[in-house]
Amino acid sequence: MCLAVPVKVVSIDGKEAEVEIGGVKRRVSIVLTPEAKVGDYVLLHTGYAINVINEAEAQETLKILEEMASLE
Amino acid sequence: MKFIDEFRDVELAKNVIGRIKQISTRPTRLMEFCGGHTVSIMRSGLRQLLPPTVEMLSGPGCPVCVTANADIDKAIALAGLPDVIITTFGDMMKVPGSYSSLQRARAEEADVRIVYSTQDALQIARDNPTKSVIFIGIGFETTAPTIAASILEAESKGIKNYYVLCLSKLCPPIMKALLDLGELKLDGIVCPGHVSVIIGSRPYQFIPRDYGVACVISGFEPLDILLSVEMLVAQIETGKPKVEIAYRRGVNPQGNKTALVLMDTIFEIGSADWRGMGVVPASGLKIRKKFERFDAEKAFSITTEPVREAKGCICGDILRGVKIPLDCKLFRKACTPEHPVGPCMVSSEGSCAAYYQYGSEE
Amino acid sequence: MNDETILLAHGSGGRLSHDLIEKNFLPPLDNPFLARLDDSAVFDVSGRIAFTTDSYVVSPIFFPGGDIGKLAVCGTVNDLSMSGAAPLYLSLSFIVEEGLTLGELKKVLSSIKAAAEEAGVKIVTGDTKVVNRSSADKLFINTSGIGVIPEGVDISGANARVGDKIILSGTIGDHGIAVMSQREGLKFSVPVKSDCAPLNKLVSQMLEASRRIHCLRDPTRGGLATTLNEFARQSKVGIRIEEEKIPVRDGVRAACELLGFDPLYVANEGKLVAIVAPGDAPKILAKMKRNKYGAEAAVIGEVTSEHKGRVILKTNLGASRIVDMLSGELLPRIC
Repeated sequence: MCLAVPVKVVSIDGKEAEVEIGGVKRRVSIVLTPEAKVGDYVLLHTGYAINVINEAEAQETLKILEEMASLE
Repeated sequence: MKFIDEFRDVELAKNVIGRIKQISTRPTRLMEFCGGHTVSIMRSGLRQLLPPTVEMLSGPGCPVCVTANADIDKAIALAGLPDVIITTFGDMMKVPGSYSSLQRARAEEADVRIVYSTQDALQIARDNPTKSVIFIGIGFETTAPTIAASILEAESKGIKNYYVLCLSKLCPPIMKALLDLGELKLDGIVCPGHVSVIIGSRPYQFIPRDYGVACVISGFEPLDILLSVEMLVAQIETGKPKVEIAYRRGVNPQGNKTALVLMDTIFEIGSADWRGMGVVPASGLKIRKKFERFDAEKAFSITTEPVREAKGCICGDILRGVKIPLDCKLFRKACTPEHPVGPCMVSSEGSCAAYYQYGSEE
Repeated sequence: MNDETILLAHGSGGRLSHDLIEKNFLPPLDNPFLARLDDSAVFDVSGRIAFTTDSYVVSPIFFPGGDIGKLAVCGTVNDLSMSGAAPLYLSLSFIVEEGLTLGELKKVLSSIKAAAEEAGVKIVTGDTKVVNRSSADKLFINTSGIGVIPEGVDISGANARVGDKIILSGTIGDHGIAVMSQREGLKFSVPVKSDCAPLNKLVSQMLEASRRIHCLRDPTRGGLATTLNEFARQSKVGIRIEEEKIPVRDGVRAACELLGFDPLYVANEGKLVAIVAPGDAPKILAKMKRNKYGAEAAVIGEVTSEHKGRVILKTNLGASRIVDMLSGELLPRIC
């Protein structure tokens, strides 16, 4: 449920932002993420950003995924 | 696409699958609560790649599937009123109620429009001042803040012709109700990632504490789900169930405070009617008195025929995880995506639709 | 002048109708057949004739990369090409909603002219009716088309054989996303244009490379998934395809993520799927890549004797899943 897609904040205009993914753009509401800044990635759900993606955590998760299965 | 492609990498997937195979020693029953997880699992064929010890059951987490016939009937009745424009997410169009669907209502002259966002519904309200624009507010905690935001915006901008049929539901209460039914022996739950973006991880703590069931909050890409399965298996193998967040790039333990405050401003908790479970107390949202002028149920008087459940439809059992689509006598015969009998076949996340579309080749 | 709207009177057959046709329809579509203004076009054709008909009701009528006029010509030309026919003559019938502006009509006619010229076909007969407001969605176009199939060419959805290779001529989902992005309630700005294009020259080049092309179809409504299922059923064979071999533009992928679509089900208007003898696949592919409408062509799978009537996809993760036909409309979802 709850399709939410990571998109990049390109510009901010008050309570709205222009976001972009793969070249697709849309004006969305950032009332739920007033802390979002230009350049941030946010999760977009039905035209609203629902949070700012934590890029450091994303990198951490990838590192965890990269750990090879140990050869016992 | 950043934060999507990296989490679909084949080589990384093989890593995690290898690790799961190493640590999984006993039969393990997991439920992916959320329909979005079901779709991702089926689309990537993930089930086939897991070791035979790990069983994955699909849960009821599809807001469309759990919407009761009585509520769908209300939406259709509203659609039949004069000078009304119904705005809805695409998901609801084909869902059959007791007698009809929004799609059928549209064919019979009702003005029903699909929107991507409540923002679009507000725009339609602005563009059509002589009509009443009613938004069909389905969804869980992920969507509820966006509906709350639209009501607040309608108020602050003086949009007088916007209404919401509030059908929002809450996840933790229904998880509790499911566990209380005791019909399933579950070892772990893959918890809904985007609901958790809003509510955080604390609301799930009662699950390991009171039921001994492991919980991991998961993202939606195949690698996210694999990681969550690994973390669940690890908890279960060591006998130490708890709530963990695998979806760390999206979820904070406290959730989204702004969204939670907004929800609390507009909504209060009330009982909700869940398909397959009946009326469950404190499991849904209602619009507070202060904002009741936006509440479609209060603003319009509608009459509906007595609610009727489709004969032979076992959507309720499927939603509770006690049966699978293959157990249903209507599956693929009377009930197909073209002629759905119940919502599990309509919603792209419904178990039945997923089994029909993506069923493995075995 | 271009704001002038079409009225019911324009369709009534009287002077206004004649004016409309002579001033607006004839000039762009000018050819000896139409110029005669007879009730029927008369010509000689010999050989095996392919004959097709279609109606175009797309909304909105203008979208990135094309409009209903271009769609009508290309769609009809492509239907003929998919039987291996060289398209020759088209008919065009317009049902105009009262209130369409002359400017909009002229734009559509100009697209039709351009598409017909590119394809090398002539519009030889036509009709125009005007209906009340709300009886048609701006403009509907019905077409029919005639083409001739060369000797020795036998293409049909029932001809696929075990071992055949499946070739896709390019990226999928472009048209459906381009149109969908313009719909009210779904407005996104997408860097994607409709792929609407006439494929007859591509097909004749493919036939030059090899006659062992067993099946051809353009995956329009219902997308690639539906077309492959149709082949599997008609030929009573199994089809296996690989997810990583299917080309999809970034913008289409992104739009599909946002709206909850699977690109396999999104419509295309300038692509074809060919099922060909395996030995000839490399040279057919090479020929296709030299045509601008086949530049991104790829072998995406093959025909098997297993799971007859079904299409199986090998996912990027290496697992397999069934790909069914599209049922009903493709609807955007939030879940």
